Amino acid sequence: MAHIKLPEGVPGIRGPMLISPETTKPMRDLAELLLRGPNTLTPAEREMIAAYVSSENDCYYCQHSHGATAAELLGGNYGLIDEIKRDFATAPVSDKLKALLVVAGKVQKGGKHVTTEDVGNARKHGATDKEIHDTVLIAAFFCMCNRYVDGLDTWQPHDPELYRAGGKRIVAQGYTVSGWEQPLTTAAK
Amino acid sequence: MPHIQLPEGVPGIVGPLSFSPETAKPMLELAEVLLRGPNTLTSAEREMIATYVSSQNDCSFCQLSHGAAAAEHLGGNYKLIEQLKENFQTAPVSDKLKALLVIAGNVQKGGKHVTAENVELARQRGASDKEIHDAVLIAAAFCMYNRYVDGLATWQPEDPRAYREMGKMLASQGYVRAAEQRPAAVAAK
Repeated sequence: MAHIKLPEGVPGIRGPMLISPETTKPMRDLAELLLRGPNTLTPAEREMIAAYVSSENDCYYCQHSHGATAAELLGGNYGLIDEIKRDFATAPVSDKLKALLVVAGKVQKGGKHVTTEDVGNARKHGATDKEIHDTVLIAAFFCMCNRYVDGLDTWQPHDPELYRAGGKRIVAQGYTVSGWEQPLTTAAK
Repeated sequence: MPHIQLPEGVPGIVGPLSFSPETAKPMLELAEVLLRGPNTLTSAEREMIATYVSSQNDCSFCQLSHGAAAAEHLGGNYKLIEQLKENFQTAPVSDKLKALLVIAGNVQKGGKHVTAENVELARQRGASDKEIHDAVLIAAAFCMYNRYVDGLATWQPEDPRAYREMGKMLASQGYVRAAEQRPAAVAAK
């Protein structure tokens, strides 16, 4: 049971978001910009950073919903997401993304863990200042979202089909379009 | 030196916020709602939660600027903020706020650290579901802001007078308006 009273059947972050619309709007606007806004990093790359940080924070709901979104953006490549979470250094992704995942992983531990060498390495592999900035902010943003989801002990179902459906919906509609408010029984239909 | 090229002489989070105005907008809106929106917790109490979490994350800029905002809300009581960071259990604040600070401190460590007992204690001391929700989200949000500030190695002034000015501005104008006025304030130096 969640730590506070939340709407029934609404999973993960969506429960607290429903009871707090004033804070939800800027959080959803930020998710949309960070993960889907105009960027030289693809939405799939940014969702992979989100899924990886959420996995390091051990947040079931976030790592599976953003993992599913990344996989759906890549034509359903769920195997790649599992490889990234297990060991991104050996996963078939670009060296630039690997260097950015190192930066993101350090941000997850704490901002001061990011070193000049981490950033220099990302730059050597072609990352721009904006890409480094966005990686740091995506990682920081998920350190917030993961804590929001787990800090209130929200309901986090384990049925992979639900996450696949959610990932497809985000790919099609993004974070700010209405639809996320529905209980799963309705949304999954 | 910051990890990426940021405007010179602009302290803490203000550097990356001006680097990325599109993401700055929802981030400032979120701070405004969380710390100054209509709430049964006073702005001073919410700024104290922000300060305490920032201090646990060892983020100098955030703990000093929000500590100053909290102190200015309390008529300049900087000593209370010091006591709070040192050991809030012995500080002269309400038992309810102490219980909420326990929750915030656990969110800082990670969402799963918050226990049913922590929440029950806060409730026993009069905290509502909304206040518990807000304490969790404020703590989570500062786990984002702190990482943004330190993950990019921003310039963080050491002069306490700089933070008093910021605290006065944040307490009187808030986050969205203070940001709008920032360029003039920096230029006026």
